[in-house]
Amino acid sequence: MRTIFGLTLGALLVLTSTAVAQPAPWARPGEEPIDPYAVTDANAGAEPLAEGAVFEAFGGAEGVSRIIDDLVDRSVIDPRLEEIFKPTDLVRLRRTLKEQVCFILGGPCAYTGRDMASSHKDLGVTTAEFNALVENLQGAMDAAGVPFRAQNRLLAKLAPMKGDVVER
Amino acid sequence: MASGLARRIISGGSLFRQLAAVTGLWLAFTAGTAGAQETERSGKLLLTGGVSSIEGAGGGGLAPWALITAYGAAGQVGANLHATVAELPDYQFRSGGIALGLQDRLELSYARQSFDTGATGARLGLGQGFTFRQDVLGAKLRVLGDAVYDQDRWKPQVAIGAQWKSNDQPGVIAAIGGRDHEGVDYYVAATKILLDHSLLLNGTVRATRANQGGLLGFGGDRNDDYSLQFEGSAGVLLNKRLLVGAEYRTKPDNLGFAQEDDWFDLFAAYALNKNLSITAAYADLGDIATFEDQRGLYLSIQAGF
Repeated sequence: MRTIFGLTLGALLVLTSTAVAQPAPWARPGEEPIDPYAVTDANAGAEPLAEGAVFEAFGGAEGVSRIIDDLVDRSVIDPRLEEIFKPTDLVRLRRTLKEQVCFILGGPCAYTGRDMASSHKDLGVTTAEFNALVENLQGAMDAAGVPFRAQNRLLAKLAPMKGDVVER
Repeated sequence: MASGLARRIISGGSLFRQLAAVTGLWLAFTAGTAGAQETERSGKLLLTGGVSSIEGAGGGGLAPWALITAYGAAGQVGANLHATVAELPDYQFRSGGIALGLQDRLELSYARQSFDTGATGARLGLGQGFTFRQDVLGAKLRVLGDAVYDQDRWKPQVAIGAQWKSNDQPGVIAAIGGRDHEGVDYYVAATKILLDHSLLLNGTVRATRANQGGLLGFGGDRNDDYSLQFEGSAGVLLNKRLLVGAEYRTKPDNLGFAQEDDWFDLFAAYALNKNLSITAAYADLGDIATFEDQRGLYLSIQAGF
């Protein structure tokens, strides 16, 4: 009896979540549906920089967008990151990463993605993989001509996220 | 000076020569795979294991840092070889060794140091080219914090370590007033990387009885007890491959026959990639065994895998 109740409840939950998973207004065409969550800038995992100089050094929102596209392009062909990126919704990843970096650099962006712990849950990210992504980000920032000191201002914001991202 | 240094490296001790050869091979190998450096397998970021200090531990040139040597992240093992030479007015210092970094948690190191008195040996009554040799076995355990990732708090990375040292000249050490030819140093190191400011800071407190790091033995006629010494390093990351900075290391003054001074250096550590880094420094080692103002060029090469 308990089993049947559990199964019914489970089926109900699945149905409910599927029914509610409408594309959010900020989603781009091609994004896969995702279970609802509370949207808040706090999900970005870092307080934004107060001064605008670093955001400018990145070339503003356009510069950030190019850098994140380059980062994702590098990472999907990186043998170290294959396992992580293969099953990922890259349309959504590009959008939320751009929002997150733009927000953290103090740019005029809202972050609509999930928090770092839930978005990396069960991905099994290792420290080495976390660092590989940082190296690809450094490569993308180098290619975009972002000065080293400005790069480190961003990395200083991202580094503490390791605790929520890395699981093993 | 540079060609003289190169000649001295090549004509150095046999272990040193072997290390130089191994390093040369590694250089040739890594040059062939330089294109792969953007997707290096090893899991830590450039320079986050420090370079090889003169006692073999990961650190700066003169002081061990709390960072675990080599590029093995959690779940990985990293290793490196180093060869170091310091050309001083009246002596030549050489060191070669190997170090392992396990899981970015535990570091094990071995270094063989040679302190070649050259022509000074004759003037000290030891004989031309008299050389002190010392084996240094080191262990270091990271106990707290993470210098790289803890960017949202002041807490540094802290490690505890020990260095077991054995000098091969007990007779000479006894003759100059030294008490032992073997000794153990214990230290606590705290390292903080302030990415916001592209800065690296380290402070190390060492309990030691070593005279000139143990090259002139342990304990002495003036003082035979352990004393606490401080070693400070500060560096600026100019880019992800290049760290420039300064170090200061206080030392005991246990021997009556000669004054012992603190050590100081200005260094530049350059990581070509995760397989190869080069450290060049201007080192001021002060007075050594009555010969004053031992200042000169320090050059170290580290090959990792």
